[in-house]
Amino acid sequence: MKKKMIKGSAMILKALEKEGVEQIFGFPGGAVLPLYDALYDSTLKHLLVRHEQAAVHAADGYARVTGKTGVVFATSGPGATNLVTGIANAYMDSVPLVLITGQVASHFIGTDAFQEADITGITLPITKHNYLVKDIEDLPAVLSEAFYIASTGRRGPVLIDIAKDVFDSEGYFNYELERHIPGYNPTYTGHAGQISRAVKAIRDARKPVIFGGGGLIRSGAAEPLKQIAETGRIPVILSLMGLGAYPGDGDLFLGMPGMHGSITANYALTEADLIIAAGVRFDDRVTGKLETFARNAKIIHIDIDPAEIGKNVLIDIPIVGDVRLVLEELVRKLKPGHTAKWLKQIASWQEQYPLPDGTGNLNGHLKPQYVIRELSRLSDENTILATDVGQHQMWSAQHYNVRRPNSFLTSGGLGTMGFGFPAAIGARLAAPKSRVICITGDGSFQMNIQELATVVNNKMDITIALINNGFLGMVRQWQDMFYDKRYAHTALKGSPDFVSIAEAYGAKAFRAADSKKATEVIEEAFKLKGPVLIDFVVEPEENVYPMVAPNRPIDEIITGGDY
Amino acid sequence: MKHVLAILVENKPGALTRISGLFSRRGFNIDNIAVGETMTPGIARMTITVEGSDTIIEQVVKQLHKLVNVLKVSNLSNEPSVMRELMLIKVKAESGSRSDIQQIVETFRGKVVDVSPDSMIIEVTGHDEKLEAIKLLLEHFGIKEIVRTGKVALLRGSKITRESKNGV
Repeated sequence: MKKKMIKGSAMILKALEKEGVEQIFGFPGGAVLPLYDALYDSTLKHLLVRHEQAAVHAADGYARVTGKTGVVFATSGPGATNLVTGIANAYMDSVPLVLITGQVASHFIGTDAFQEADITGITLPITKHNYLVKDIEDLPAVLSEAFYIASTGRRGPVLIDIAKDVFDSEGYFNYELERHIPGYNPTYTGHAGQISRAVKAIRDARKPVIFGGGGLIRSGAAEPLKQIAETGRIPVILSLMGLGAYPGDGDLFLGMPGMHGSITANYALTEADLIIAAGVRFDDRVTGKLETFARNAKIIHIDIDPAEIGKNVLIDIPIVGDVRLVLEELVRKLKPGHTAKWLKQIASWQEQYPLPDGTGNLNGHLKPQYVIRELSRLSDENTILATDVGQHQMWSAQHYNVRRPNSFLTSGGLGTMGFGFPAAIGARLAAPKSRVICITGDGSFQMNIQELATVVNNKMDITIALINNGFLGMVRQWQDMFYDKRYAHTALKGSPDFVSIAEAYGAKAFRAADSKKATEVIEEAFKLKGPVLIDFVVEPEENVYPMVAPNRPIDEIITGGDY
Repeated sequence: MKHVLAILVENKPGALTRISGLFSRRGFNIDNIAVGETMTPGIARMTITVEGSDTIIEQVVKQLHKLVNVLKVSNLSNEPSVMRELMLIKVKAESGSRSDIQQIVETFRGKVVDVSPDSMIIEVTGHDEKLEAIKLLLEHFGIKEIVRTGKVALLRGSKITRESKNGV
């Protein structure tokens, strides 16, 4: 039987259905008109944002919460270039996305046609792979390869740029979900010999720590992680990207390491004789000065990306594979550990160096740490928190109790201001039953403030907790600490009245400038339907502590005034 | 230390840009580069000479493997191999100096491939050192222009660099 020919735009929607896609994030334009025309009759859901960058971040947040591949549509030229920051963000944090952009018609490519930009060239270094499709014959294979590459191995964004005429051309839709790609063959199972060496190293260790990251979350390794920690009596440290892989209030949890990590986590990494590193990439924000990092420890490094092993830190036992599968294998072979003495040492650090909680010395001002602690206290296990980037992000990582995987969405690698609010939008659609909170700052929020229209129009239940200190706080903190308090362009003068602007869009809004009011409005906001913004007017020059100065040893800690 | 990498790559649009982009983006220094077709249609072979410590080269190889279009990367410096480069040199050659130049070319088993009233083009193949040596000798006569292909290499013996890869 001869198959019927269909149009390129129809092929794309069919492919999305076959891949189990339910939600698209996007913004239309000239070059994708035929695709949006096909979408008009489709049952696929599409969220219209107000800026393409928000579409990528929303798809990113959606992908992080669901574990599925996020899908974005955008037009050629400026539509495509507006995606760039979002793509780079997803690439750094290994989030699976398929981005479909329209390109000018194939006979115009290379002529500087209206709204033409070489988006495959532009995104070459920030995508896992990308394609330019100029022939309908190539489209089905490209679509299935893109989904396969984005969602397997070390995940990441894949962009497909499609010439406008291809949407309207007709061809046969032969679609295979499992593609054989000759140059792409990820390793999932860990090497048995290396796993045995790891088991022996864990058995011999007296001062072991687990240092886990985003790979634990992406591979779904929370369960074997918990078993290893509990069986081996091994304390757990999680990077910013790993938060939630082990409960924030779990008894073996030491917090986040590195620049704004807990003192206990940094001391433990420095004193440990064995580090079981799982799904981490030893970012400079974690290691501090490389030469002094973990100087007493043997390091086991488990990662799905072989290029991460040995990239920054020398590794004693490398294990390439899916973190979950490798940890499950370790669990099967692990014997109970004898770490009582080490855990006692750790407990004494924890007692001696608690996090500064922002309750002391209030001076009538609202402390940002207090706001985050209250948000944490009043939310439940199912709550999803998306943060923006800056001081409030670090306070969230320190003070918010992240209870489970995929419930803490933050821009780790790229540090993208403007990520949080659209990521919360993605989370809202991904988990209809969860409470969704966006903790943002007055700087970050203004980078994607236009999405207030999206959340109001779609009646989305999102609590926007705006930590308003009138500064680009983290940059100001560095100016305070390393540039003689010369506050060059970090005071945000001329910000709008955030309550009025939220109300103008049609959202509800509150303001709180003291602790009592802060608690009241959080409780009130959590009862309301639809988007709610709370403008928390906080102490303007509060710094994030503890802090390790850049490129210093992580046990050389600046503790600030609260001790 | 210099390493010679043989890279088999799908001959698709942008594939070479991906590879050269990777080198510049990650700060790896390419000494020279040669590209050409292989016996298999659709597969090209790049030979890249790159300078760096063993740790850097390991990272280069791993990063190259991550590119979807890259099928195989081998470091030929670790094994016995035949390496060659071709150089064309346009040298000043008045009637008085021609026979001297001719002698040098013969010593280096080169060829004179073009002669004009005041210049000659010489073709010579071989290792770095050999090409550098003849260049040095010909400088005396006045070199007008040089072009080099970049190094190509094959493993000695019956071993071959095949297009299979694991561990991405």
